[in-house]
Amino acid sequence: MEVKLSVKRLNPDTDRPVAFYQEYQFELDESATVLDGLIKVREEIDGTLALRCSCRSAICGSCAMRINGRAALACKTKIVDATPANGAPILVEPAGNAEVIKDLVVDFQPFWDKVRAVKPWLQPEGPEPEREYVVSNESMLHLAGVMSCIMCGACVSDCTVLEVDENFLGPAALAKAYRFAADPRDDADASRLGALNEYGGMWDCTRCMQCVEVCPKDVDPMSRIMALRDKAMEAGYTKTYGARHAEAFAGSVKRTGRIDELRLPIWTFGIFNIKELLKLVPVGIRAQLAGKRPPLFHKKNPGQSNIRRIFERFDKKR
Amino acid sequence: MFDHDVLVIGAGLAGMRAALSAADNGADVAVVTKVHPVRSHSNAAQGGINAALTDQGDDWRDHAYDTIKGSDYLGDQDAIEIMCREAGREVIAMEHMGVIFNRDDSGHLGTRAFGGQLRERTFFVADFTGQALLHVLYEQVLAAGVRVYEEWFVLSLIVDDGECSGAVVMEVRSGEIHVIRAKAVIMAAGGLGRVFEPSTNALICTGDGMALAYRAGAPLMDMEMVQYHPTTLKGSGVLITEGARGEGAHLLNSEGERFMERYAPNMMELASRDVVSRSEQTEINEGRGIDGCVMLDCRHLGDQVIREKLTQILDIASDFANVDIFKEPIPVQPGMHYQMGGIKANVDGETSLSGLYAAGETACVSVHGGNRLGANSLLDTLVFGRRSGEHASEMAKGRSHRPVNDAAADGDRDFIQRLLNNGDGDMFGKLRHDMGGTMDQHLAVYRDQQGMESALADIRGIKERFTSVSVQDKGKTFNTNLIFTLELGFMLDCAETIAVSGLERKESRGAHTRTDMPDRNDEEWLKHILVKHTPDGPEIEYSPVVITEWQPEVRAY
Repeated sequence: MEVKLSVKRLNPDTDRPVAFYQEYQFELDESATVLDGLIKVREEIDGTLALRCSCRSAICGSCAMRINGRAALACKTKIVDATPANGAPILVEPAGNAEVIKDLVVDFQPFWDKVRAVKPWLQPEGPEPEREYVVSNESMLHLAGVMSCIMCGACVSDCTVLEVDENFLGPAALAKAYRFAADPRDDADASRLGALNEYGGMWDCTRCMQCVEVCPKDVDPMSRIMALRDKAMEAGYTKTYGARHAEAFAGSVKRTGRIDELRLPIWTFGIFNIKELLKLVPVGIRAQLAGKRPPLFHKKNPGQSNIRRIFERFDKKR
Repeated sequence: MFDHDVLVIGAGLAGMRAALSAADNGADVAVVTKVHPVRSHSNAAQGGINAALTDQGDDWRDHAYDTIKGSDYLGDQDAIEIMCREAGREVIAMEHMGVIFNRDDSGHLGTRAFGGQLRERTFFVADFTGQALLHVLYEQVLAAGVRVYEEWFVLSLIVDDGECSGAVVMEVRSGEIHVIRAKAVIMAAGGLGRVFEPSTNALICTGDGMALAYRAGAPLMDMEMVQYHPTTLKGSGVLITEGARGEGAHLLNSEGERFMERYAPNMMELASRDVVSRSEQTEINEGRGIDGCVMLDCRHLGDQVIREKLTQILDIASDFANVDIFKEPIPVQPGMHYQMGGIKANVDGETSLSGLYAAGETACVSVHGGNRLGANSLLDTLVFGRRSGEHASEMAKGRSHRPVNDAAADGDRDFIQRLLNNGDGDMFGKLRHDMGGTMDQHLAVYRDQQGMESALADIRGIKERFTSVSVQDKGKTFNTNLIFTLELGFMLDCAETIAVSGLERKESRGAHTRTDMPDRNDEEWLKHILVKHTPDGPEIEYSPVVITEWQPEVRAY
């Protein structure tokens, strides 16, 4: 099978490093992966190509990169599947939301710093039992779904929040935090959830689903972040902006059947919170100039009573 | 230059366990690793970890017996006793740290069956036990605040006046070369799978630890004992866990026959790995294979077992072989998987070189002897990792740093400059491929004198070509081309010791099966073969096998 790769490269050891695309063309077996292709390049064609990879079986998490514009593990992406129908080369680029060190190698330090920031270790209280903790197999199987995260950073690469706010802890670190919050052996929920309520934490996810789509291990980071939010509100953290925003959002829909975007920030921040509201003035002005200011008063939603019934039924179920 | 009491090389299970116990003991400990800790190859262990828990009605002596029989009586029984006695404590400790072991209906630790053992004693996390343990140990290393030099590559060990006193290390990101002084060094750099092609091992498993110690004067032991795993995926060589057979999967030949009936009527698919791999190879050689493979059949296991306990295998078969294991059997073949041998170390991790300790696959204690049981490798890393950390940190208390300075790195700096100046030789990839091919051809499941001699000749020829190997990348930053070339140098040393040891052992035992000498010969060869590095090449020595209670018997499953 003929393989064509177009690899984004950067050599930092030149006077003025500039990224460029280099095309490689060679023959490989039908079953080959993009990683097999890159290994062939660096072993036989061009030894200067730099990338991280190790296990070749989607367990070490080294080879996350962008393939045709989306984050993926190179070792888990078959060349036949990735080759565009028009016969164009497969586009191979470094992972996003990270500084490129060289070619496909990016700086992972900010990633690990954020993992460390969620205090990712079990914090039980009281004396350790003599034998194992007795917990249900279901609870362990549930955690296994999160623990199968291999920390490849594909989710972080394509996270749309991180693109605009590098302070966001990101899907991988938050999923890791959930793994402890949901562990029946861990007793640090209060401090964990409190810390994750802060700026950059669980409330900064916009639910764009990118992390769910690109995760090669079906960890579903976004759902873990949503589960953290539930846990935080259940634990009584209802006064944070995030929690208030969620309440205001649901309240608006319940009352009117619509999202009242103009009043949402007031409900979230509070009418006397001049400092936070002033921050929104430039956004308001830009929206006004672009003709995208939400209406001052919404028309009544004809299905409003049905929406209310949904809420009532849901509340009863809870 | 950096100073630490204890320097651990490698951040897999053995290395991180060693670092934690050394830190617990009050030492200033640092870990240096060529990849980030969670990228380590311990990740790839799928099936589980063995331990005889007394509250589950098990006895460590039974575990020891299974291990000794599995080793074909080459394992040192004092070391095996320690490993099996301390296994329960180690598993419980990992559970307390946060490992999410599968449970039984009562919420206690659940077990699965594994090869070569008369009862179920393998504790597991679905089929990614290694990853689950590795990530938890990394969490603990973070919690303990242990210094980790991530993506630093060890070039050589520093030996001053007969004492191992640190390491010369290259920071991969900058290409800078540093000296790290230490009062004790623990080598935990993992295995050497890439010496063979194909192998289940990750690309980073290049025998660095063994070669570094060997060059520094510590002998390697049992190097001829190379495990071929019975179920590796056709082509890519990706591992399919023994847990699949533990859960009841069958091995079939081209006639649809469960051929293990003829080779191991009692244990069937769960006989020791060397036995199953030989049986498969015989079937294939005698024309009852399919395209060089036999078939692993999971179809009858049922939906729930596959989805809860073999999740990764479901994906691996589909991603890497286009096989839906609910509907079709998986084509598998024996493939290089594990090195039983390594740096000769005692039960406290001490090697023959003062100040140097070793643990994990890079070491040879020897608890695996001629053949390792599945799910004993994770146990080995944890028990002897912990013990090495304890003893190294204790020893370091009574020692001061040797008067070593930055000049200790001069030799490595010169060597690297020479490599970069080389002209138009072969690239590392070509040489590695040639080495891997000859090793897989002549030092695989079946061996003979002629084959091993030709492998040794090939390796020496490749070593010669290596002196003019060409490194295309001349840059400083993240020069992986240079790193792979240096790794190839390590691998060639390892390959040579394997071939030399294989030629030396004139019998068949465990994984070392010679068609020209098919019988075990306890009278002459119930002993370890050691290889020592000298300026004139490898030198052979012997060391007795320690036998405590279990006399060698005929081995049948």
